[in-house]
Amino acid sequence: MTDSLAAIGAVFLAFLAAVGGLTRFALQAIAAAFSPPYFPRLIARQVLYIGYYSLPVVGLTALFTGMVLALQSYTGFSRFNAQSAVATVVVLSMTRELGPVIASLMVAGRVGAAMAAEIGTMRVTEQIDALTSLSTDPLRYLVLPRLIAGLVTMPVLVLVADIVGVFGGFLVGTYKLEFNPVTYVTQTEQYLQTMDVVSGLIKAAVFGFIIALMGCYHGYHSRGGAEGVGQATTHAVVSASILILIFNYALTQAFFS
Amino acid sequence: MSAGQNAKIALAGVEKSFGRKRVLDGIDLAVAAGESLVIIGGSGTGKSVLIKCILGLMRPEAGSIRIDGEETVGLRRAGRERLMHKFGMLFQGSALFDSLSVWENVAFGLVQGRGMQRDEAHDIALKKLAAVGLGPEVATLSPAELSGGMQKRVALARAIAVEPEIVFFDEPTTGLDPIMADVINRLIVASVRELGATTISITHDMTSARRIADRIAMLHKGRIVWQGPASEIDHTDNPFVDQFVNGRAEGPIQMEVRAA
Repeated sequence: MTDSLAAIGAVFLAFLAAVGGLTRFALQAIAAAFSPPYFPRLIARQVLYIGYYSLPVVGLTALFTGMVLALQSYTGFSRFNAQSAVATVVVLSMTRELGPVIASLMVAGRVGAAMAAEIGTMRVTEQIDALTSLSTDPLRYLVLPRLIAGLVTMPVLVLVADIVGVFGGFLVGTYKLEFNPVTYVTQTEQYLQTMDVVSGLIKAAVFGFIIALMGCYHGYHSRGGAEGVGQATTHAVVSASILILIFNYALTQAFFS
Repeated sequence: MSAGQNAKIALAGVEKSFGRKRVLDGIDLAVAAGESLVIIGGSGTGKSVLIKCILGLMRPEAGSIRIDGEETVGLRRAGRERLMHKFGMLFQGSALFDSLSVWENVAFGLVQGRGMQRDEAHDIALKKLAAVGLGPEVATLSPAELSGGMQKRVALARAIAVEPEIVFFDEPTTGLDPIMADVINRLIVASVRELGATTISITHDMTSARRIADRIAMLHKGRIVWQGPASEIDHTDNPFVDQFVNGRAEGPIQMEVRAA
């Protein structure tokens, strides 16, 4: 009995230590944002990497998500003669939920893993120690540009995902489900409010920060050579994905309850 | 030499543990200005940890580390950044930045650490590369395109580019063939002499130690078990030094399986 309680206590303490370590890491990186030097070239490179190079995968995912959404909602709503709600369901689902969440999960897999692998390799090959020995703060040089890039780039990516997803729904609606194109567009606009889009973009900014933070944190603390870097990569993707889903619920509750 | 106030680097009672494993167990050491100290010892005896504690990459649990008489343990960020300007380090695996070209690696400390303009830093980087025997044709290459020996030279050029007062060399000849190892040793001696820097090197390569060192200290199980002039290393009757220098399996040093 005592052993079981000790084991539970040890797990709980390890969890608290991990949360504390992550919070401290994030606060130190954020604190670095309030004093120079800044590295605009590094921020621009990360914006390009996170944003531009993720466009194909995010666009493709959003396109098919919008298309499937139109098909599924038509199949469901036709049972209640409510087919006219398809365009509204597609646009609200994409802007509020699926655009931010699916784009962020795709970026977490693509970018979060790459960040953890790159920084993890730098850790195990002593490149991070070398940065420090050359009077350069690794948090300022490696972590902060990625956090800023994640924060500002994801909303743009999600806006693109929203547009492509809605267009996917439009394609299926007009070509397969035989909606009138003008009617479909009118119904898309009719119930869409600014807050629907803005809430999704705010979510995207939070998710972008989470992806970059988890990639950097796990890479920065990786140990033990190639195996350690591999574990860091896995942890970065899994933890970012879980946090995205948890924060998605919390933000939805905050915006719409 | 005993630890003293006038030393460039002075350690007293430095302790560092990882979990239950005590890696440094009360290190007392002093290095005079302009002196070249080589720390020898087997793998996992705490040599790299000792250097990282002095450099501020690790924080010891107890003891004092003074640089130019200033206590550095527990130094805050601004003080640590100021102190870092005095240091240069050659890492065991070179630790060159993959994403930067060779000249950008050499100029990194000048551009990022000192705020120098890139053009000016580029010219200095080419001079430093020339000083380690590398021509301007390698300046634009990626570190991955260089051999191990050339990477070590670039790392040496990077370590001395900022003209540090104190240079650390972590296993400078590990993984190199004997000829390239001798080239690196000669470059280290020549570069340090030109800078007039104080150096601490760690190695288990006795040829390297004899060539680089003014003084040698031997580390075993987190303690300095012998130290003296480099010329005495082959004449001491210290059983640890005798076993290590002659590379015998039998003796007071028993190799541990787990790394520190």
